[in-house]
Amino acid sequence: MKVWIPLGSVLLLVLALPQLGWPYYTILMLSFFAYATALLGLNLLFGYTGLLSFGHALFLGLGAYTTAWLTSVWGIRSMEVMLLTAMVVAVLVAAPIGALCVRYVTIYFGMLTLAFGMLFYSFLLKFYHLTGGDEGMRVLRPVLLGCDLSGMPKLSFLIGPYYYYAVAVLALATGVMWRLVTSPFGLWLKAIRENPVKAAALGVSVRRYRWYAFLISAAYAAVGGALLGPTIGQVDPGLTYWTQSGHLVFMTLLGGFGYFLGPLLGALVFIYLQDALMTMFPYWRLVFGAMLAVLVLLAPEGLLGLLTGRLGRKTVRVAVS
Amino acid sequence: MLTHAINILLSGIFHAAILFLVAAGLQLVFGVQRIFNLACGSFYALGAYTGVSAVNAFIRLGLPHELFLLALIGAGVCLALIGPLIEWLLRFVYERDEALQLLFTFALVLMFEDIIRLIWGPSPLSTGSLYLIYGQVTALGVTVPVYNLIVIAAGLVIALLMGAMLARTRFGRIIRATAENREMSAAMGVNLRAVYVKVFTLGTMLGTLGGALVIPATATMSEMGIELIVEAFAVVVIGGLGSMRGALVGALVVGILRAVAISTYPELEMVLMYLIVIGVLVLRPQGLFGEPAV
Repeated sequence: MKVWIPLGSVLLLVLALPQLGWPYYTILMLSFFAYATALLGLNLLFGYTGLLSFGHALFLGLGAYTTAWLTSVWGIRSMEVMLLTAMVVAVLVAAPIGALCVRYVTIYFGMLTLAFGMLFYSFLLKFYHLTGGDEGMRVLRPVLLGCDLSGMPKLSFLIGPYYYYAVAVLALATGVMWRLVTSPFGLWLKAIRENPVKAAALGVSVRRYRWYAFLISAAYAAVGGALLGPTIGQVDPGLTYWTQSGHLVFMTLLGGFGYFLGPLLGALVFIYLQDALMTMFPYWRLVFGAMLAVLVLLAPEGLLGLLTGRLGRKTVRVAVS
Repeated sequence: MLTHAINILLSGIFHAAILFLVAAGLQLVFGVQRIFNLACGSFYALGAYTGVSAVNAFIRLGLPHELFLLALIGAGVCLALIGPLIEWLLRFVYERDEALQLLFTFALVLMFEDIIRLIWGPSPLSTGSLYLIYGQVTALGVTVPVYNLIVIAAGLVIALLMGAMLARTRFGRIIRATAENREMSAAMGVNLRAVYVKVFTLGTMLGTLGGALVIPATATMSEMGIELIVEAFAVVVIGGLGSMRGALVGALVVGILRAVAISTYPELEMVLMYLIVIGVLVLRPQGLFGEPAV
């Protein structure tokens, strides 16, 4: 019960934000919705299943490029079609990649995902005629639920209809993920994380469930990327560079990968803090790097871990592998 | 046709020599400390920038231009002093989960990127015309800057020295024993803490030296560190994690492959490299020379 009150007030605040007259901060929220959706998926893999992907920007980029390709090459502008296509494309791409990656754990899993991520990055960069190379591709304004809003000024579109659309997508994604992690399926994933041998002895097909988790997380990342596309209006290969994958993991750790809502908090803090730092001075990476180092050393449970007062070496639950 | 092929081969081997240095540092640290140090690319970038500054200072002091190589080597070796400092930080994560260790070195990458930008600014730096100061040699119709040959020779000498050190010396035996089984070697009286500091400093020096040596042939870029780490990563995956011979062979594969691809079909340059990495990881995850993965 006591969880619902803060959650409800946060939701109300999110819904009211566009009316409060801070268009700049409202637009930043759009990035948050996109990254939060992607991180829900990443954390299913990292926090719940215990597999650290260092190449998840691949699927984020896949989703973003899907919106660019559909709108500017094929002229399909329905947002629902884009989201669905992004999911299908991501699952199709993730199926063979995941099948290979889940044969390994820990550092080898991380390296293999990193290699696939960089493979996709170099494909985007070098196959100029397909992807626009380093200039990237434009994402045209999507049609939401069949309503063509191309007459609207850009700002009012983004902080108006598109904002609420993205909130709805994130809410739906969060709800579905909550169902997943509280279902027997989620329990199996946690069992695999804690002790794969024991899980296998109990009849859980370890590789198959890791593969399922990989597919779901890829689909989530692609939906996040598809939300990001129209927000930034121009996608480029930088979205899929390996440091971007590192940032995704950073956000997850920042919020707390042991908590369901941790990645959401991490994304929120990361995006607003990065923005604030960048306007102050150009060396935000220095501050963020130091912050990440301190987090790893002192608070691997992340901000939510600090907030809920579970800090302290003895209670730190870092059973990820 | 033949001259063209030799040209490509030589430029590939030059790149391989540099890659080998950085990858050898990565291997050494992974072999002993079991930490995959993403920051080895940052050491390389740091070495490059310090190398430019050292050479410029050297020239300004009026010292003979021909000896600029000494300034480069000096810069690379002195920079290794940051090794013990970073090793001290890493001590706090030795007992942590691998994922957290990896993220910790990623934090170092982020910090070093901006520290370099803070000190040297965002624009590329170079040592100007010093690259060709030793002249060029022409043989079989191929013209090569002598500097490239010096770097290739230096890479080879360092590889041989490392091999001899690991195989023949007491310190080398201790390193191999620690890599094999750290609890056991600690029980046999090896001071793990001291070994870690020495190994990490040596690993750092290989990286900074690699950066310092490459710089006359190119210019510094603020992304050079994060770009090199993925190539060094490809090298160690192909060669096998933790293996010195693997680093040498992997560096040659990646270096030559890159040179061939650039001159024949540039679109495929990186794509081909990652395809090989994935192929190796899938078919032989321990790499060409690594121990079988547990």
